[in-house]
Amino acid sequence: MFSNFDFNVIIRALPYLFYEGMSFTILLTALSALGGLVFGTALALMRLSGYKILGRIAGLYVDFMRSLPLVLVIFWFYFLVPYIGQWLTGASRPISVGAFASSLVTFIMFEAAYFSEIMRAGIQSISRGQPAAASALGLTYAQTMRYVVLPQAFRNMLPVLITQTIVLFQDTSLVYVLSITDFLGAASKVAQRDGRLVEMYLFAAVVYFTISCIASYGVRRLQSRIAILR
Amino acid sequence: MNYHWNWGIFFQPNPMGTGTYLDLLLSGLELTLETGALAWIIALVTGSVVGVMRTLPSRSASWFGFAYVEFFRNMPLLVQLFLWFFVLPELLPKSAGLWLKQLPNAPFWTAAIGIGFFMSARVAVQLQAGIGSLPRGQKMAATALGLTTVQAYRYVLLPMAFRIILPPLTSEFLNTIKNTAVAITIGLLELTGQARSMQEFSFQVFEAFTAATLLYLLVNAVVVTAMRFLERYVAIPGYITGK
Repeated sequence: MFSNFDFNVIIRALPYLFYEGMSFTILLTALSALGGLVFGTALALMRLSGYKILGRIAGLYVDFMRSLPLVLVIFWFYFLVPYIGQWLTGASRPISVGAFASSLVTFIMFEAAYFSEIMRAGIQSISRGQPAAASALGLTYAQTMRYVVLPQAFRNMLPVLITQTIVLFQDTSLVYVLSITDFLGAASKVAQRDGRLVEMYLFAAVVYFTISCIASYGVRRLQSRIAILR
Repeated sequence: MNYHWNWGIFFQPNPMGTGTYLDLLLSGLELTLETGALAWIIALVTGSVVGVMRTLPSRSASWFGFAYVEFFRNMPLLVQLFLWFFVLPELLPKSAGLWLKQLPNAPFWTAAIGIGFFMSARVAVQLQAGIGSLPRGQKMAATALGLTTVQAYRYVLLPMAFRIILPPLTSEFLNTIKNTAVAITIGLLELTGQARSMQEFSFQVFEAFTAATLLYLLVNAVVVTAMRFLERYVAIPGYITGK
């Protein structure tokens, strides 16, 4: 079965796979998770703000994003971002933004919908007495959120947030549809150049599997530690 | 914006000679639904078996269930599809590999099987949680009444567990349908794929993607409504899910 399995192909491609590919994947994952968390928290606060219109807008946004396949959203933003850039900068033609910026915008906008649901659950898990006590102490709404509610919500939801980031890490492989050189894109390019699909795709699978496995093991440990704290 | 809108494009003939551009998108929708349905059947059947295994007292059965879920959950769906599509035929004996490669509709079968197994891990986790949420007494009472393990699952545990996890199963079903879009990478011309080819033929990017978006929203709405009806139909009076 592995008689003509060529490990040298993988070894020769390692620098390219990791320096070019994996660094793109990791950077995209980290920035998208950060941006998605900030935007998602804003959406969650909008939904819980008590203002009907704000809540409605945020709810519609979340439902809308969650009913579309990520691949379609990637295509949408890939074609839309140049026009948004033109509109923002007032340029006369659609501006080209490059693959990284376009996919970063896509993942932030898409993941925000999922992060917002997690943060909403986190904020709702804080007992009502706490914001009440905060406002009795004279804290403004912004201060209550900043110093009392959000730190606890974030902490309670940390395992779920990391799990979602692992999903995001796997989902970034879908930028393949834009022929971007992320980790899988790099593996696929080498595979097609050398005609070594079996080796490269198996190796990519092993790498994704190992990273995700270690990360989800970490989440399980974190979960048990947080569980003892309560 | 200097983009030329042309909403009439949907009624112009497509270059494939299969009718209008609208027909092109609708054929994509049909393939999305077919792939999603087959994948969901695979996911539900396999996922249920694995989910039950994870709750069995047997050590080896629950270990197998754990390994199965970890295996399918820790690899991107796209990589799994590539493994099924490009790698599996090469690893099989030559004649079997050749047969697989020459299979008509290979992208369809690969997508349905690949997405099916990918989603089965998620179904298994949901079912395990559903069975785990039942009071311990139910299994004990079933055993005390003289039911075998199979009977206890068949008549007591599973009917309850499936009712409890019906709402999360609805979103997993929707995820299955959405995930069929990933199969665009192995050449399946489902809805997203057809929207993309419409964009390439006609250059009407935003019309094509708007139509695809609306069709996905429609599918979502139909599935959610149908599942609400199912939830109400199977609800047991007196339980949280009932009235």
